[in-house]
Amino acid sequence: MIVGTKIPRKEGLQKVTGAARYVDDIVFPDMLHGVTVRSTAPRGKIKAIHFAPSIRWNEFTVITAKDIPGKNYVALITYDQPFLADTVINHPEEPVVLLAHHDKHVLEEARRAVTIEVEALPPVLTIEESLAKTQIVWGQDNSPHENIFKEYTVVKGDVAAAFARQDVSLFEAEYATGAQEQLYIENNGMIATYSAQDGVTVWGSMQCPYYVHKGLLPLFALGDDKVRVIQTETGGGFGGKEEYPTLLAGHAALLAMKAGKPVKMIYDRQEDMAATTKRHPSKTRVKSAVTKDGDLVGLDIDFVIDGGAYNTLSPVVLSRGTIHSAGPYHTPNVRVHSRAVATNSPPHGAFRGFGAPQSIFALERHLDEVARKMALDPVALRKRNFIRQGETTATSQTIREPVDLAAVLDKALAAADYDAKKKRFLAMNPSSVVKRGIGFATFMHGAGFTGSGEKTLASVVGVEALANGHVRVLAASTEIGQGTNTVFAQIVSDTLALPYDMIDVAQPDTRDVPNSGPTVASRTCMVVGKLVQSAAIGLEQTLVNAGDYKHGAGADAFAAACAKYIAKHGSLKCYSQYQQPANVEWDDKKYQGDAYATYAWAAYVAEVSVDMATYEIRCDDFVAAQEIGRVVHPVLAEGQIEGGVAQGIGYAIYEKVVWKEGRMANGQMTNYIMPTSADAPPIRVLFDEQPSPHGPFGAKGIGELPMDGPAPAILNAIAMALDVSPRAIPFLPEDLMALVKK
Amino acid sequence: MRANVSKYELVTPASLADALKLCAGGHKPFAGGTDLMVLFESGKLPPGRYVSLWGLSELRGITADDAHITLGALTTYSDVRVNAVIAKEHPNLCAAAKETGALAIQNRGTLGGNIANASPAADSPPALLVAGAEIELRSLAGTRWVAYDGFHTGYKQTLMQAGELITRVRIPRASDRVSYYRKVGTRKAQAISKVCVAASAKVKAGVLSDLRIALGSVGPVPLRCKHTEAVLVTRVIDAQAIKEARDAVQKDIAPIDDIRSTREYRLTVAQNLVAELALRFVAS
Ligand SMILES: Cc1cc2nc3c(=O)[nH]c(=O)nc-3n(C[C@H](O)[C@H](O)[C@H](O)COP(=O)(O)OP(=O)(O)OC[C@H]3O[C@@H](n4cnc5c(N)ncnc54)[C@H](O)[C@@H]3O)c2cc1C
Repeated sequence: MIVGTKIPRKEGLQKVTGAARYVDDIVFPDMLHGVTVRSTAPRGKIKAIHFAPSIRWNEFTVITAKDIPGKNYVALITYDQPFLADTVINHPEEPVVLLAHHDKHVLEEARRAVTIEVEALPPVLTIEESLAKTQIVWGQDNSPHENIFKEYTVVKGDVAAAFARQDVSLFEAEYATGAQEQLYIENNGMIATYSAQDGVTVWGSMQCPYYVHKGLLPLFALGDDKVRVIQTETGGGFGGKEEYPTLLAGHAALLAMKAGKPVKMIYDRQEDMAATTKRHPSKTRVKSAVTKDGDLVGLDIDFVIDGGAYNTLSPVVLSRGTIHSAGPYHTPNVRVHSRAVATNSPPHGAFRGFGAPQSIFALERHLDEVARKMALDPVALRKRNFIRQGETTATSQTIREPVDLAAVLDKALAAADYDAKKKRFLAMNPSSVVKRGIGFATFMHGAGFTGSGEKTLASVVGVEALANGHVRVLAASTEIGQGTNTVFAQIVSDTLALPYDMIDVAQPDTRDVPNSGPTVASRTCMVVGKLVQSAAIGLEQTLVNAGDYKHGAGADAFAAACAKYIAKHGSLKCYSQYQQPANVEWDDKKYQGDAYATYAWAAYVAEVSVDMATYEIRCDDFVAAQEIGRVVHPVLAEGQIEGGVAQGIGYAIYEKVVWKEGRMANGQMTNYIMPTSADAPPIRVLFDEQPSPHGPFGAKGIGELPMDGPAPAILNAIAMALDVSPRAIPFLPEDLMALVKK
Repeated sequence: MRANVSKYELVTPASLADALKLCAGGHKPFAGGTDLMVLFESGKLPPGRYVSLWGLSELRGITADDAHITLGALTTYSDVRVNAVIAKEHPNLCAAAKETGALAIQNRGTLGGNIANASPAADSPPALLVAGAEIELRSLAGTRWVAYDGFHTGYKQTLMQAGELITRVRIPRASDRVSYYRKVGTRKAQAISKVCVAASAKVKAGVLSDLRIALGSVGPVPLRCKHTEAVLVTRVIDAQAIKEARDAVQKDIAPIDDIRSTREYRLTVAQNLVAELALRFVAS
């Protein structure tokens, strides 16, 4: 078996030797460079665009909305975001003019020489202002839905009755989370070419080639075969290259079409941080009803996220956040009301966890506060309410697979030495300037698209055998550092009983690979990997049916059979399309049913110290235990968890987007504080395996999971250390000072 | 990169004398470039002519005589970190070097650049103020030594005149002193200070004398806290003394709200750290 072993990653050698080519490494003859001129006001009307005479504009290719050959919208869920603002400005980084020139060094001066005259309108900058409708900035129609991109209500049982019971205590508090920047190593970048014969071709850093493809078709009013999208080696995504690359690809292609030359657009860090998507800020009000023994009998949750200026993916982010907001508990009565609202900041978008880290933060902090107020053990409180096999989630989904979250929690607590440490810290803290705390969070994360999402996507994967017996996986799922190439090759290798070295993964190119869906939602290994497996089985079956091969006959026999088949038929390919399993059902109207085919389950424990002289908070130790079905590649899986935990630590106590008039004011790594290795604690990763029928060899999704737990675990540890109730992240030393000085 | 490279000239002179000539003609000094390249990358470095100091051996080296330890302006943080004399007599300066950026910056960033760059948030200045440093300034017109205390005359302003280079820094030899250095940055490394404190004193029977406290990031320039020092010397450090010192800190510093922190945080932490250092000193 290759699955379960730490075989070297497929493209690892190229990456460590520097041979891997990222988009900025690619140069075409006679290529131009492009830049974007953006609005500076958060909201208003464009009155005029001035081009200063100091620049020889005839040397430049200049594009405004007027030059767009097709439709001026980014085709996603709705068609509200323009590629270039024409008359209306809805956020301060709105692209208005594009410039290209062969010498990239003169572009910056030219960019500064363009002035966009805007008649400013009062902006809406916070969730509160948007809900209060101080200005209507989206969906003006005199309906209650003004400023609201999407609204969901989930109801299970009878919440009002639960809250009216005589034997329960009621709790209520509001929690908030901030924006977060993905900070992939490689900034967004694209190269585009255009010719009348071939249409538009783009190369670039992206997660979802077919999203880009879909977005460019209406922009250029071209047919499917006249837009080609190729993913180049990609230096991280974390959701930040899910929807945004479509916009950048469109810009590069518009310039390329007008210039008649290839155009490269690479954002620098400043522009990437300021203009591209970030995690949605959120507010969550949690009300709970708890019996004196700790039975969680009612949860009433109001969850709001800030979508920024355009709808983009906010409805889907909201959906995941909504479904995860009631946590891994079998609460019989639940109501969740959720809204995504419009503001005049750049659109917030996909980011690892996709709404779940926000609402899970609120609930896991809340339950700790409940335990403290009721003098209950927070461990016992969680265990009492964990969902067990056969019980239901907030959407009334029955958990059919075996689950033992209490065992996962016990494992994490034991590894963290939780009981002893808690006792020791409580004894030592009163006499110490440095206070220590230990806290935890328990949670689940659904793998794959939400609800009917996978059914709608109907992803397709292919495998192709070559005459030398090598097998190529054909999928649009991208390698973005997380290990797609490696796990696909492992899956095929074990499925066909062929050596790992005989399996290749094709570069995602919409001309050559089918649409296996976006590389998001912890779906690649589990959902797409399962399709890879069934396509591989189909391919083998073709050879078996031809009478030339039998499973396990070895590489030589396989190669001989392939050569014979290809000589006769020209090629050997097999495709597999997603079919919703018969017992997975989802009702989109009521928001009830099987929200996800399966879940990963986790318990994370954080240890912190707080220096009361400086209010500096450090995360000193971390244990991440999770049940993930099957560990396909131990090093990659641990890497996913460690990276997610580090990102979660940043989310909790370091990374703060400072907003000024809707803009990120600290868009440099000097002032947007991502933790470094010096700030990261030892992270111990523990896996339980409970194979799921939904993934290849039992695997479930894990990519997003580790983002959910760190923030509540760390804040719970701070709460324990100082006997305070911090309710908002990022929680910085300044916030801690304000809390303890009160 | 937001700068137009073709609008910059960087000249490498053969000697200090040549460098001074170039400076007299308006070339601006470029040492390790760790401050300048950040400006260059973001398009904020004024286009023009620069002179690279990096190859000038006259500006390197750390020497000690009976009265002083003298450091060339090009002394890097890595040079400071491993210098045994400085480590023994002015450990604050080593601590500052160790807390600056991370290794790459420590190999390339210079003491002269840190001083000339005149950021109120720089990490060496508090240590230099406490050490009683003097700065050698040289131009075609001549050479002069100025006290470092008073060198920074306002936000990003110094006594340095057009055509002048910082050539050396010297600090008096010291013995029998206790030291305290603490940088409160936004993270463990690669961080800009929110508050930075250096102090040293003589201690006898629980009483402090010749106490020097300097703070960074709490005003337009790195500054000595003379009111606070006066409150804490030649007396018993009790609760009353600490309270008075906290009040005095408020008189000595002028912190502001900015993108990294708040006025209130900086003031409170400065007060807390002054209390911490006073108690540590008398306990030593
Ligand atoms: C990632 C990073 C982290 C950093 N971390 C810190 C930190 O933790 N603490 C800190 O204090 N600083 C930090 N810095 C800032 C910088 O590294 C220091 O200020 C450094 O000492 C500057 O020295 P340099 O030789 O590189 O200066 P340069 O960039 O070459 O020059 C800086 C300024 O000084 C002038 N100058 C240089 N040498 C002379 C001279 N001999 N005479 C006259 N003028 C001169 C230049 O004209 C310029 O105006 C950091 C910088 C970076 C990029």
